[in-house]
Formats: sequence, C-alpha cells, structure tokens
Amino acid sequence: MSKELQRYLLTRFGQFLLIIFVAVSINFIIPRLLPGDPVQTALARLQTAGGAQNVDIQAVSASYRAKYGLDAPLIEQYFNYWMDLFRLDLGVSFANFPEKVSTMIGNALPWSVGLLATATLIAFLTGSLLGARLAWPGAGRGIKTLVPMMMVLTSIPFYLLAIILIYFFAVVLRWFPPAGGVDTTRIMRFDWETTRDILNHALLPALSIILGNIGFWALGMRSQMINVLGEDYITFAEAKGLPPRRIFVWYGMRNALLAQITALALSLGHVVSGAILVEVIFNYPGLGSLLYVAIRGQDYFVIQGVVLMLIVSLAVLLFIVDLIYPLLDPRIRR
Amino acid sequence: MNRFFASLRRNYEQGRISAILVLGLTILIAVVLFGVVGSLFVDPINATVGAVRPRRPPGADYFLGTDSQGRDMWTLLIYATPNTLKMGLIAGFIGVGFGAVLGLIAGHFGGVADAIIRVISDALLTVPAIAVLVVIAGNIDRMSTLIMAMVVASLGWMFTTRTVRAQVLSVREKAYIEVARVNGEGPWEILFAEIMPNIMPYIVASFVGTVSGSILAVIGLEALGLGALEEMTLGNTIYWSQQSSAVLRGYWWWWGPPIVVIALIFIGLFLTSVGFDRFANPRLARR
Repeated sequence: MSKELQRYLLTRFGQFLLIIFVAVSINFIIPRLLPGDPVQTALARLQTAGGAQNVDIQAVSASYRAKYGLDAPLIEQYFNYWMDLFRLDLGVSFANFPEKVSTMIGNALPWSVGLLATATLIAFLTGSLLGARLAWPGAGRGIKTLVPMMMVLTSIPFYLLAIILIYFFAVVLRWFPPAGGVDTTRIMRFDWETTRDILNHALLPALSIILGNIGFWALGMRSQMINVLGEDYITFAEAKGLPPRRIFVWYGMRNALLAQITALALSLGHVVSGAILVEVIFNYPGLGSLLYVAIRGQDYFVIQGVVLMLIVSLAVLLFIVDLIYPLLDPRIRR
Repeated sequence: MNRFFASLRRNYEQGRISAILVLGLTILIAVVLFGVVGSLFVDPINATVGAVRPRRPPGADYFLGTDSQGRDMWTLLIYATPNTLKMGLIAGFIGVGFGAVLGLIAGHFGGVADAIIRVISDALLTVPAIAVLVVIAGNIDRMSTLIMAMVVASLGWMFTTRTVRAQVLSVREKAYIEVARVNGEGPWEILFAEIMPNIMPYIVASFVGTVSGSILAVIGLEALGLGALEEMTLGNTIYWSQQSSAVLRGYWWWWGPPIVVIALIFIGLFLTSVGFDRFANPRLARR
C-alpha cells in the first residue's frame, strides 16, 4: 500500500467518523433544545393519542428517568448516550412496551437494504449505460426519445410514482399485490415459493425507485461521457484503430463512471429519503414503515433509533463507496 | 420598458433564452395563475370538511369530485397549490440567503471559518435530509406553513454554500479584486460589492434548485403526517388520501390531481433550472 493510498483511506475514515459524530450529536441535541422533558412530552402525547392504555405510564417514565439520568448534567447525559449506543442499546418502544428498539430495527433492516440496494444498483447501471450510449455518436432514435421521458419521471418525487404504479398494476390490473413485503399467511422458509412471493411484493416498490432514478444517472453519465469523448486519448485510441466497442467501454465509460460514483455517494441521502416514503406508500416492512408507524404513535425512542440507524448506515455506505473508488481509479492507488 | 424588451430580444437571438427556459417558466406561471385566478371563482367554504357530499366522482356537480371527508377537490386544489408554493419559496429564500452568506465567508476569508463551514456542510449533505427533518418536525408541537418552511430551510443551504464557495475562490483571484484592494476597499466591501454581484447568476441558479428541493422535502414530511394538518396543502392532500386508502378504494380523483400539480411544479422548476444554466453560462447556449 502506497503512502498516498494510506492518506486517502485515513482521510475518508476520518470523514466517516465525523459524519457519525455530527449525526449522533444532532440526534442528541435537537430533542433537548426544545422546551420540556422529552420523555414526559412523549408520554403525555402518547396518552392524549390514546395509544398507551395498556402501558403502565408511571413505570415506563420512572425506568426512563433512572436509566437516562435526565436530571444529570448535559455532558453526563451525552456521555451516557454514547455508551448506550456502543452497547447497541437504543431504548425500548413505548407503543410495544417492552420490545427493544434494536430488535425492531433488526427485523426491518434486511427488507430496506434488500429493496434499496437492488433498486439503486439497477437504476445506476441501466441509467449509466443509457447515458453513455446517448453521448456516443449515432445513438438510436429510441434512446433519444427514451431519455427525456426518463428525465420527466426523475423530476417527480418517486413515492408519487409509487401511488400511480399501485393504482394501475395492483388495483386496476391486479397483477401485483398492493402492499406488504410478503403474503400475510406465509410461513417464511428458504424455498422457491417464499422467494417468489417476496420478489412479487418487491417488484412494484423497486420499479418506482428505479424509474425515479434512471433519468438522473442517464443525464449525469451523458454529460460526463461528452467530456471524456473530447479528450486526446480517445482521439489517440481511434487513430490506433481500436475497435469502437473497446473505446466505448474501456476508454469512455470507465473514465466517465468515476464522476458517476462520486455522484452516487452524494445522492444516496436523497435516494434514501425517497425510499422511506416509497416504503410507507407500499406498507413495506422496512425502516421507512417502522418510522412512519412510530411517528403516528409518537413512539419517541423508535423514531430516534430509526433516524440514527438511517444516518449511520448511509455513512457506512458512503465509506464503502470511498473504499471502492481506488480500485476504479488507479491515479489514487498509485 | 422598451429597453427591457430589447434586451430580452437580443438575449433570445443569441440563443441564451432557450425554448426550455420559456417552457419551464410558462408551466410555473400557469401553476401560479391556477391558484391566484382560481381563488377568485371558487368559494373556500367548499374546501372545509363536510361542506359537500363525500366520495363523489368527478362530474357535472363537482368538477374534480369530492373526498371522503366531504371536501370539493377542485376548490381544495386551488387553495392548496399556492400554500405549497409559498412554503417552497420561503424555504428557498432562507436557505439560499443563509447558504450564500456562508459560502461567501468561507470562500473569501478561508482559514478556520472555511474549514468549519466546509466540514459541517459536507457532513450534512450526505445525511438523508428527511431523517433529520423528521426529528425536528416531530418535536414541534404547533406546526404551521411558516414553521414548516423554516424547518426545511435548516437543511436547504449546503448546496448553495458549496457552489458559492467554489465560485468565490475563482473570482477572488481576478485582477479587479486586486484593484479594489489597492484602492483601499475593506474585505467586507470587496466581498459584497465586488465579488457577490459577479456570482449572482450562480446564486439565482441555486435558488431554483433549492426551492425544488424544499418543496420535495415539505411534501415528503407532509405525506408522513408531520405537516400542519389543518392547512390545505398538496402534501396534506396526499396524506389524507393515504389515510383513507384512497388508492385501494379506487378514488383516483383524490390523489391523481395533486400528483399532477406536484409533477407540473417539479417539471417546471427542472426545465427552468436547466434553461437558466444556459442563460447564466453562455458557453452552454451554443449546444
């Protein structure tokens, strides 16, 4: 490993830690900046919402006060907050007392990751390929009309696209189930039937994320590719008589993709924001729906936990993108 | 007035005002007019709960039908559209103003201020905005459209800061800045009188993007039920239609029209920002 690569990785790791630090601090500070005691406020609201009839409010409140030392100085609270995080202790749900928030998140996470990772990857690859093809001389008519249409789809928030998709494919045509992650009666097993059921449920949510993102990647890739194709090494490769396909993939796309991957890192937050709402619309059993139910029920610690989880997992993803980057760009590796 | 039109015409002939910009602005103006002119012809009482017969499909009596709470969708849409636009504009102004000032300071003064501003804005850029906004909005007791705009603006400044900072770095090396310095202008005077006017096109361009992002965030929060629920907005309409499972029950006139208006707003803003890039950056105009 060369010195430059070491420095690069260290900087990126520092940024990763910084994002986590800022995010956790924001999550700690915001509820405490507002007037009132967070637990009291949350419990009071929970009672007025009528969601806590089966909960012993006194016991819950007392256990929280003792556990989080809400009367302790702020610095001490902050320290305890971090200690709990390291033990993966995110508190207990109010609405489903005494279920642990970490368990609830653990159940929801695989659904979200599976859906989002697949959909984003498909959108990124297809979009980039389309965009590159569009910049290449002699792009077909089909692509030239397809991409502007994709752009229009991209400018609409993709959870609204989800509503339209549900209406046509689940309500009118009845091809796909309108909601949920799996059939409610299904017993989860590792067999073909279960897989098919999961895929069947995931198709519409994935499609709305893909349709909503393809245009963005296509447009980005197109402008990158136009820049790359103007470079001298492309002219040189043509002069050497390399086959066009080789120039397109290894001289054009490979270089243009670098900027796309930077854009991927920057836009992941946007994609996750949209995906949360797609999950809500489809009632998909991931983090987005968990967050929604928690907001509806004023389930304070679940909200905090999910938000923290979203930010941390995004930071991890960004860090992974940063780690992949030197593999693609030899200039950093050296 | 004549000079204004002459300059418009000259810009058009030079290809700086593209068809895209005109189309985008036309769509936006049409949406604004829909709210402004429409409100002259409808009675706001019809948009209150229980004013008309519920669950009517579009027809002769109710142009766009009614929702299951007994509100006339056409009236609701006319009053909801300006409210949503208003939130986007306020959030856009606050976000861009704040972002531009931070970007100017970071780029012009450098050093510690630059490092702090850059680190915070970079960290916030990568965080999923809705997650942080949910925490803020969920902790506010009395939500209103104005507070909503401010909540959204709190995460709407980073992009402007980045753009402005980058531009300041290139502008401050220009010869006329040096001339101003030698003439004895102070650093703040140079910043606001010499540098800022020259990067104004970039600030305006990022305004369009920020308004678009703010409306996106506002509608997202409202769709989650975190908005000012008693106010008429497009996001709240989506929220109520979701709460009543309007999609599964086939009340397409409930969620369809707001989606169309939202789509028109975003397409208009998108075309305007693309068109404005060409206006601000004449090198792109020739393509």
